[in-house]
Amino acid sequence: MRLPCPICGERDRREFYYQGAAVMLDRPAPDAGEAAWDDYLHLRENPAGDLDELWSHDAGCGAWLRVTRNVSTHEIKAAVLARDVKR
Amino acid sequence: MRFSGLKVLAEGLTGNKGWSPHWRSPEPKSEYDIVLIGGGGHGLATAHYLAKVHGLTNIAVLEKGYLGGGNVGRNTTIVRANYMLHGNSEFYSHSLKLWEGLEEDLNYNVMHSQRGIINLVHSDGQRDAFVRRANSMCGQGDDGAMLDRAGVKKLLPFLDFDQTRFPIYGGLYHKRGGTARHDAVAWGFARSASDRGVDLIQQCEVTGIDVVNGVVKGVQTTKGPIRARKVGMVAAGRSSQVAAMAGLRLPIESHVLQAFVTEGLKPCLDRVVTYGMGHFYISQSDKGGLVFGGDLDMYASYAARGNLPLVEHVAEAAMTLMPVIGKAKILRSWGGVMDMSPDGSFIIDKTDIEGLFVNTGWCYGGFKATPASGHTFAHLLATGHPHPTTLHHRLDRFRTGRGIMDEEATGSQHNLH
Amino acid sequence: MRIDGKGLIDRSQPVSFRFDGNTYRGFAGDTLASALLANDVRHVARSFKYHRPRGILTAGSEEPNALMTIGHGAATDPNVRATVQELYDGLEARSQNAWPSLAFDLLSVNDLAAPFLGTGFYYKTFMWPRAFWERVYEPFIRRAAGLGALSGTQDADHYEKAYAFCDVLVIGAGPAGLMAAWVAAQSGVRVILADEDSLMGGRLNAETLTVDGLSAADWAAHMVTKLSAMDNVRLMSRTTISGAHDGGTFGALERVSHHVKDVPRGGVKETFWRIVAKRSVLAAGAIERHIAFQNNDRPGIMAAGAVRAYLNRFGVSPGKAVTVFANNDDAHRTAMDLQEAGVHIAAVIDSRADAAALGDYRLMSGAMVSGGYGRRGLEAINVQTASGTEKIATDCLAVSGGWNPTVHLTCHMNGRPTWHENIASFVPTPGAIPGMETAGACNGTFSTTGCLTEGVEAAKRSLEALGLKPAEVDLPDADDSVYAIDPLWAVPGKGRAWLDFQNDVSVKDVKQAAQENFRSVEHMKRYTTQGMATDQGKNSNVAALALLADATGRGIPETGTTTFRPPYSPVALAALGAGAQGKGFAPERKTTSRAATIAAGAPMIEAGLWYRPSYYPLPDEKTWRQSCDREVGWVRQAVGICDVSTLGKIDIQGPDAARLLDFVYINMFSTLKENRVRYGLMLREDGFVMDDGTTARLGPNHYVMTTTTAAAGQVMRHLEFVTQALHPEWDVRIMSVTEQWAQFAVAGPKARELLNGLLDKPIDNDTWPFMSCGSVDVQGVKGRLFRISFSGEHAYEVAVPSRYGDSLFRLLVARAEALGGGAYGMEALNVLRIEKGFITHAEIDGRVTAQDIGMERMLSKKKDFIGATMAQRPGLTEEGREQLVGMKPVGPVKQLTAGAHIYTDGEEPVRAHDQGYVTSVGFSPTLGHFIGLGFVRDGLARHGEVLNMVDHVRGIQTRVELCDPVFFDPDGERTRG
Repeated sequence: MRLPCPICGERDRREFYYQGAAVMLDRPAPDAGEAAWDDYLHLRENPAGDLDELWSHDAGCGAWLRVTRNVSTHEIKAAVLARDVKR
Repeated sequence: MRFSGLKVLAEGLTGNKGWSPHWRSPEPKSEYDIVLIGGGGHGLATAHYLAKVHGLTNIAVLEKGYLGGGNVGRNTTIVRANYMLHGNSEFYSHSLKLWEGLEEDLNYNVMHSQRGIINLVHSDGQRDAFVRRANSMCGQGDDGAMLDRAGVKKLLPFLDFDQTRFPIYGGLYHKRGGTARHDAVAWGFARSASDRGVDLIQQCEVTGIDVVNGVVKGVQTTKGPIRARKVGMVAAGRSSQVAAMAGLRLPIESHVLQAFVTEGLKPCLDRVVTYGMGHFYISQSDKGGLVFGGDLDMYASYAARGNLPLVEHVAEAAMTLMPVIGKAKILRSWGGVMDMSPDGSFIIDKTDIEGLFVNTGWCYGGFKATPASGHTFAHLLATGHPHPTTLHHRLDRFRTGRGIMDEEATGSQHNLH
Repeated sequence: MRIDGKGLIDRSQPVSFRFDGNTYRGFAGDTLASALLANDVRHVARSFKYHRPRGILTAGSEEPNALMTIGHGAATDPNVRATVQELYDGLEARSQNAWPSLAFDLLSVNDLAAPFLGTGFYYKTFMWPRAFWERVYEPFIRRAAGLGALSGTQDADHYEKAYAFCDVLVIGAGPAGLMAAWVAAQSGVRVILADEDSLMGGRLNAETLTVDGLSAADWAAHMVTKLSAMDNVRLMSRTTISGAHDGGTFGALERVSHHVKDVPRGGVKETFWRIVAKRSVLAAGAIERHIAFQNNDRPGIMAAGAVRAYLNRFGVSPGKAVTVFANNDDAHRTAMDLQEAGVHIAAVIDSRADAAALGDYRLMSGAMVSGGYGRRGLEAINVQTASGTEKIATDCLAVSGGWNPTVHLTCHMNGRPTWHENIASFVPTPGAIPGMETAGACNGTFSTTGCLTEGVEAAKRSLEALGLKPAEVDLPDADDSVYAIDPLWAVPGKGRAWLDFQNDVSVKDVKQAAQENFRSVEHMKRYTTQGMATDQGKNSNVAALALLADATGRGIPETGTTTFRPPYSPVALAALGAGAQGKGFAPERKTTSRAATIAAGAPMIEAGLWYRPSYYPLPDEKTWRQSCDREVGWVRQAVGICDVSTLGKIDIQGPDAARLLDFVYINMFSTLKENRVRYGLMLREDGFVMDDGTTARLGPNHYVMTTTTAAAGQVMRHLEFVTQALHPEWDVRIMSVTEQWAQFAVAGPKARELLNGLLDKPIDNDTWPFMSCGSVDVQGVKGRLFRISFSGEHAYEVAVPSRYGDSLFRLLVARAEALGGGAYGMEALNVLRIEKGFITHAEIDGRVTAQDIGMERMLSKKKDFIGATMAQRPGLTEEGREQLVGMKPVGPVKQLTAGAHIYTDGEEPVRAHDQGYVTSVGFSPTLGHFIGLGFVRDGLARHGEVLNMVDHVRGIQTRVELCDPVFFDPDGERTRG
């Protein structure tokens, strides 16, 4: 598997660390309530298709990426810097 | 048909013409007391115990592919009860006891072989952690013993004790641990369940779960609608898709775990070895193939296949730990889809929908749990109450924080295991 | 027998080799298989289950029978296919799975007992009595397991791994592959052409065809010469593409030096390649399939195409009176070629009633071979014709049931092949591997012209996909014959007709599986073991599933195939794991004090990837405990030096540095004054403790965080996540500086005295109070000084750039020794910190909360921080959790052991009475007894209570009194002195 790092270009999967669903970008407020936090940390759509997920280019530039990937075919649809998603 | 050595002899003398089907292939009825979604090891075991323990036989197991085609047929066949934490400890202890009587229970040789498992120790800290685990096993009434370096060397003389990256200081020896013939487990449960009257329906995909006013009424399938008073979801890596049909979201992410087998070799490894420093575990099958595996590929996947980085990492672990197997050749690799829960432990529980039950979150450890998963899920389905060994395995434990069983101590949130 | 004037072998180079102790002669260019056949050795192996005598079936890597062990000692290589093993002078081969000898094999008794050992018999018996499985049945079965044997010694050969990149990867160098590579090469892109054979050309080297007026083999050699002259082409012979993976990545095994007796010094045996290709062309050819009939496994019964390969490439006829049995035209070439070479053709048996002879040989059309005679070598066959059965004497039967396209790689990413009725076989499904085109025989196109054409087209499509204009090339003239086949899977009749030769799966077994309702092709495979042998069903799967389809009344497409998975052919663990043997598995991290530490005789232990000293023994000390006790004493009474550089150090700078720290720690850091240090505790978002450490404020916007050694990487990644993914708006930068600084603890009552002899500007308690920090000059070197303590003593950590680490360590130790102290190791460090109740990852093992370790008060209520919300979940805050306590032995047994469990006093030590466990233990020389830390249910409120400690596995039991975890100097006066 190869991931297109927006900074470094296409690199082998072994340069990256995986963090899972990109819902982790949307951290609830402390008082958002039990359900919101359960959603954030635990409950997952876990689709058998396209998934937005977080990867860190750990052994490269260190950038956190949001990658859109089909988890049934492993086809990579897009990759953007996590910091750009949040801005 | 009862299987025995005598029967094999008799059939052999008469041309092996008299063997009957292992299980029936009925068409689904329009209504059952209980429908189980998923004809893997756990689903089939649940059916067996529902019939045997609870006398419930008006049951259908719906399988979209073929029986035992999921993780029960694609694992590294390890059976053990070396868990540490309250909850898991009781459950896997229960499971191992069921394994120990499984052949008689099923009249099927699942080749459960208690050849012993050794978890290697590479540091003082790891030894302390394993001692705690071993003491937990003893406190549970199971077997757990610590070996020093010489003790490991005696049992596993072919490991590299001198040059390897992480020296071997000892090991946790679980004598009653071992392996079983994975397919046979699925087939044995299937045969028994079918003989007792359970309908096993293959090539029957569930396409919807009917819920009316918060009560489950049945399922829609590719073979038509089936009404049911209770529905059990036992779909392992596909749990999230099944639950979504009932509008539920589960605390599950699906990951790929690869496993490997080499060409057949004359026996060289009598026991199961696990090497935590390299996420590597290995045993040798009765056919002679070295069967081994490693960590998850570490990305969500439903593809049931993996990539080279993990393959190489596993081979690298093998080479630093036991370079005597360097010339063993990998014959086949495969992948399974793992239903990973946040804390690495499973869930057997009711859902908020009346009559709908869930059995999921087995992570990469479902095979050894097969009998107890079936036994305790059957108990829940039949009685409405959790079995004493699954009291902690609640669906809401992540929300409440009660009964979290983070066996690997890596956290109770996703992707940390 | 060898045939004069035929083949591509080098007859000027005779070579000598041994098989099962006998010496034979062959030529350079032979495989072990062709040389054995040239020497009329037909029985070369035994099958797995029934130990039936077996001969060479094929001429390729798909060989199921002729598996041998090559070499001796550490170089012993089991399960080598004789059909791919190139011959060299002095090669030593041995047969496998036969005892005492290949000719007389005791376990061939299994064949006689076959009626009782049929499909799945072992699932139905060996169940009684229960204990007999492990003790009797299984050991017996295991003794018979396996084919070849490993040497039992460490692999002494060298292996490598490598990466390669290209625009177009061409897999297979037959006619299609050569043309594809040629077109791509001419178009100027980077091309890799890989072929598993030593000689490129594929079937062109095995046939008597002509291409462009040249012999097929000469044309192939000519193309290879032209390609090898091009800078943009890399030719990789002896290289099997083993797997197709995501993102255009392919695994490939290059057998670098299996063809030479002695690998040159520094040379490698095999290289495992990761090839990354933008596009790929699969031109992997096809594999001939067998036809099942009674005793179709007799040595001498071979694949028809393999017989041609032995004749045309190796100059060998596998028989003197050859018969051919086929259901297609292609096999007739075998008869033609042999006849032309002067070999007698006894008969050609073609199951098709309308088959026509292509030459002057006896054709028996509409006939079938129904049996083979000759246990250790074929002597005759029975031919069933409309008029009856005829027995024909023959020593070699060339069989062709048609050809199966080599679709395997196209299935590695879950692609399913498509049934093609015309050729009665599966072909690749387009698009199965992103970026892959298929061409030639692997695509079901069997004529040479068809292969050449498809090779060109596949390359063109690949280039166009890359946005390039393909070069125009001329298509060579070649054979364009039509492949006509009438499917025939098994000849009806009595007896056992074999499908999977190695695993001894017969037609009957497949039928029995169907009878027992193993109707799914996957069930049949798993129940009968069909296709699970080392050839992974390459020779037999299609026939087996056709027979299953028949037995279950379904068509072949509905029956489907099993899944082909990587690797295409087996790959040695040594190649995939190259570089990891010995210490190569993981990086070794070494501190700057290592040389001085080793010189002092300190044993080094692993701490994650680091190595740290366990203790520094003095000459008169006999046990580690003596050294440890003495080192603890040094620190408590004088001064000790310890390298703490392995702790993670993270430099944090920017206007929002304080905000970041407030967000990742449970306590406040924005309030920390400059030149001050504070202890911090970090949670994961799930509310459990992630790590702890001290963080120093060096300037208004400048902090240095310390992490534990174990969690340094995790914490760094966590901070990156927070700053990039949660709060990219914060103006803060972080950088790991663990390796940039060498840092040493200077601990003990004489610590300041020692430092003041070293620092350019002396310090005192007012300018450097406890928990202060700042820049210092150490003998002219700019360094940092932190007044922190992990020992409970008056202590400092002094840091200098790593390049000064070695010299500073030596200096510190020398000064400490002069003051009555010296260096101390991990054992003493551990005792010192237990005496003070300081935690490590033995305590914060990932499952504990801040409350559990008595740090509830540190949880700031004034701010949001990572883990704040989830830490308040009921399950993390309710009574009944196991909490950190100190423990002292109070019973007659005075020892504590880490990992022991704590049980209610007076109750049986079983789970129901389990109260907790011991995490850290040490003998305190300061207090004169064992002390321990551990977790006990509601322990914070149970100080003074006496419980039962039981270490089941070590057989130690004692009574322990729970106490405050701080055993020594609870008010911390010594640290402030």
